[in-house]
Amino acid sequence: MAVRVQRDAFDTDWEVKRLTAGLTDIGAIVTFTGVMRRNNEGRDVSTMTLEHYPGMTESELERVEQLARQRWPLEASLIVHRVGTFGPGDGIVLVVTASAHRQAAFAAAEFLMDYLKTQAPFWKKEAGPHGERWVDARTSDAAAAQRWEAE
Amino acid sequence: MRVKILYFAWVREKTGKAEEVVELPAGIDTVAGLVAWLKEQGPQYAEAFRSAEVIRAAVDRRHVASHARLAGAREVAFFPPVTGG
Repeated sequence: MAVRVQRDAFDTDWEVKRLTAGLTDIGAIVTFTGVMRRNNEGRDVSTMTLEHYPGMTESELERVEQLARQRWPLEASLIVHRVGTFGPGDGIVLVVTASAHRQAAFAAAEFLMDYLKTQAPFWKKEAGPHGERWVDARTSDAAAAQRWEAE
Repeated sequence: MRVKILYFAWVREKTGKAEEVVELPAGIDTVAGLVAWLKEQGPQYAEAFRSAEVIRAAVDRRHVASHARLAGAREVAFFPPVTGG
């Protein structure tokens, strides 16, 4: 179980190996990578800069990880979120969940992403030919997080 | 009461500062009260908090609603809805 905020790129294979080393009750590992798109809402984006609230970010990521662990029998989990400036194709966030069976690993990974997007204090600013702009929060993200509360 | 205030993203750009320590006048005891007080501290604050309903707050690094009380708070943060992931 771990959360990390870092500037450097992550290596998914290495992270999975390190997270699951020595754990022999794992039957399923799900990895999710969030990647920067060239195009967002019809705009060309050349770079994206992510800032965060040091201290609160880590505690919010730990809180959502704890919520996931209360709901699903996870053998291991990891959230790595990058900050700094990125270009199209760069990995921004990595979520790894490992469980005895795939259903828990899939569901927990989706839950972690949905909660992270609405709770963790990160902000994106896009830059491109149209200039700079702060990315607006999506109502679809709030709806995605809320559906877990109904279940 | 002395409290550290942090601003992020466009709230930081509009106030022109990332953080400051302020001495709160007596009677400012909720997040909404603090926002109303900040709006009187200069045009850049008035502009930053013009659409105060969209701005989110955290007290001591936990999300709170605008009616949250400030008693004992050491750090208050203001920011737009989060957009990570």
